[in-house]
Amino acid sequence: MLSYLIKRVGVALPLLVVISFLTFGLNQLSPMDPAEVVLHAQEVPAITEELIAQTHAELGMDRPFLARYGDWLLSSLQLDFGESYITGKPVWSLLGPALVNTVKLTLISSFIIILLSIGLGVLCALREGKPVDLAVRGLSFLLTSMPSYWLAALMVWYFAVKLDLFPTSGMSSADSYVLPVSVLVIGYAGIYFRNVRSSMLSHLHADYALYGRACGLSERQVTMRVLRNSLQVSVSVFGLAIPIILGSTVVVENIFAWPGLGTLTVNSILGRDFPIIQAYVLVLAVAFVLFNTVSDLINAALNPRLRKEL
Amino acid sequence: MRLLQRLLQDKPAVLSLSIVAVTMLIGLAAPLIAPHPPNLVHMELRFAGASWSYWLGNDHLGRCVLSRLIYGIRPSVLWVLVALLASAGLGACVGFLSGYYRGRLDAWLMRLCDVMLSFPGYVMTLAIVGILGAGMTNILAAFVLMKWAWFARVTRTAVMQVADADYVKFAKVTGASGLRIMTRYIAPVAAPDLAVIASSTYGSMILQISGLSFLGLGIQAPHAEWGMMMNEARSVMFTRPELMLVPGLAVIVLVSAVNFLSDSLQKALDPKLMHAMRSDKPGAVLGRWLRGRGRKEAA
Repeated sequence: MLSYLIKRVGVALPLLVVISFLTFGLNQLSPMDPAEVVLHAQEVPAITEELIAQTHAELGMDRPFLARYGDWLLSSLQLDFGESYITGKPVWSLLGPALVNTVKLTLISSFIIILLSIGLGVLCALREGKPVDLAVRGLSFLLTSMPSYWLAALMVWYFAVKLDLFPTSGMSSADSYVLPVSVLVIGYAGIYFRNVRSSMLSHLHADYALYGRACGLSERQVTMRVLRNSLQVSVSVFGLAIPIILGSTVVVENIFAWPGLGTLTVNSILGRDFPIIQAYVLVLAVAFVLFNTVSDLINAALNPRLRKEL
Repeated sequence: MRLLQRLLQDKPAVLSLSIVAVTMLIGLAAPLIAPHPPNLVHMELRFAGASWSYWLGNDHLGRCVLSRLIYGIRPSVLWVLVALLASAGLGACVGFLSGYYRGRLDAWLMRLCDVMLSFPGYVMTLAIVGILGAGMTNILAAFVLMKWAWFARVTRTAVMQVADADYVKFAKVTGASGLRIMTRYIAPVAAPDLAVIASSTYGSMILQISGLSFLGLGIQAPHAEWGMMMNEARSVMFTRPELMLVPGLAVIVLVSAVNFLSDSLQKALDPKLMHAMRSDKPGAVLGRWLRGRGRKEAA
C-alpha cells in the first residue's frame, strides 16, 4: 500500500506542476493586453504608448516569461494570486470568501446527491423492471436532458414568486439554500444514481450472490453484502463528482445571485480580469487532482487488487 | 447497413433520429423556412402575443420568436456538430496513430491525453473563453481542445483490440500499407465505439453551449441562439414566461432525442445488450414504458 501511495502521489505532483504552467501560459494567448485592461479600469482618458509601457513595468510584464512564472507559482503557493486588474484588491480577498460560499453549496448538494443516488440506485436495482424502477429512470432521463438554468428559472418563478416560499436570490438565510441545492441535486442525482444501480445489478447477478442464496442467506443478508461491494465502485465516482459539481455551479450561482466562485468568475471573464480567472482555474484544477488522488487511494485501500495497476 | 436496419426496427430510435434530422434540415434551410428575418426589429410589436403572422409572438425588440428559434438551430445544433466532428476527428487520428504504431509515440501521446483529461472540462472551457474572450468561435475551439483526448482514448482502445487480429496480420503480410490497413480493416471495427461516445457527448455539448450563451459568454447579440434567447427572456420571465418556455422546450426535445439515439445506437451495435434487455440505459426502459402505455390506451 505504501509503495502504491508513493507512486500515486508521484504521478499527481508533476501533473500539478504541468497544470500550473498551462494555467499561467494560457494568459499569454490573450488577444488583449493586460495593461490596457488595467488602464481602462482606472478610467485613464487617453491610453498612450508610454502609459502602456509604464503599466507593463508595474505589472512586471517586461521580465522573461519563465521568471514571471516562477514568481507567480511561489506566491500562489502562499495564496497570493496578485491583485485584481479591475478593483485593485488582492485576488485572494475576493476569491477566498467566494470559494467558501461555493464550497458550502457544493458540500450540501453533494451530500444530498450521494444519499439520493445510493437510495434510488439501490431501490431501482432491487425492484428491477418494476414500475418504481421504470418511473425513476424515465424521470431521470427527462431531467438530465433539461438545461439546469431553465429548470432553475422555472423553480424561481413557481416556488419563489408564485408561492413565495423561498427567496429568489442571494444567500441570506437557510431558506436561500433550498432552490439552488434542489437544482444541483436534480441535475446530478439523475446521472449518478445510474452508476449505483448498474453496479448494484452486476453484483446482484454475480456468482457469489447466487452462492449466498444457495447457502440459505436471507435476501436481506445477500443485499447487505452486495451493497458493500457495489458501493466500493461508487467511491471513485463520487470522489470525482464533488470537484465536478464544484466546477459546474457556475450557472446555478448566476441565476440565484449566489455570492460564490461562479458569479465572481463570470464577472471576471466579462471584465477581462485575468488574475482572478487564473486563480480560479488553478484552485479548481488542484482540487480536481487532489480529489482524484484521494479517491484512488481510498479505492486502493478498500480493494488490494487495484494496487497492482499504475 | 445491418446497423441501420437494426436501428430502424427500434421505433423510438426512428422517432429520435427523425427529430434530430428534421431539426438539422430546418437549421440548414433557415432562410427558406423562417417567416421573418430573425433580427428585424419592430418596436411597435414588443411582447406581442401569438398571431397569424407571428406564430410564437414577438420578443422584447418585437422580433419574430419563431424565426429566431429557427435561426438559433445554426449555432446551437449545427455549429456544435461541427465542433464535435472536429474533436472526434482529431481524437480518432491520434487514437489510430497511438493504437496502431504503439511504442514511444503512443507513450507520449497518451501522457498528453492524461494531462488533458486531468483538467476539469467545464472549468477549462470557462478559462479559455475567459482568456480569449466571449464568443462562439472561442467556445467551439475550447470544446475541440477539451474533448479530443477523450475520443483519442476510446479510439486507441478499440484499435488495439483488433490491431493484433489475424486478418490484420494477413493484410500486413500481403504488403498493404499502414494507411490502407487502418482505413480499410481497422476503421470499420473502431467506428461504432467512436459513434456511441460522440453521440452521447453531443447531447452534453448542446446543453453546455446553451448554458454558456445563457451566461452571456457565447454568441453575441444580435445573433439568435437558444441559450441567448432564454437569457433575454429572463428579465420578463414573470410577465411573459412563454418566451422562456419555448427555447427551453426546444433544447429539452432535441437533447432527449440525441440521448435516446445514443442509447439506441449502443444497443444496435451490441446485440448482446439488445437480447439481454438488462441494459441500465434509461432510454430503453422509457421506450418500453411508453410503448406499454400506448398499448394500454389503445385498448
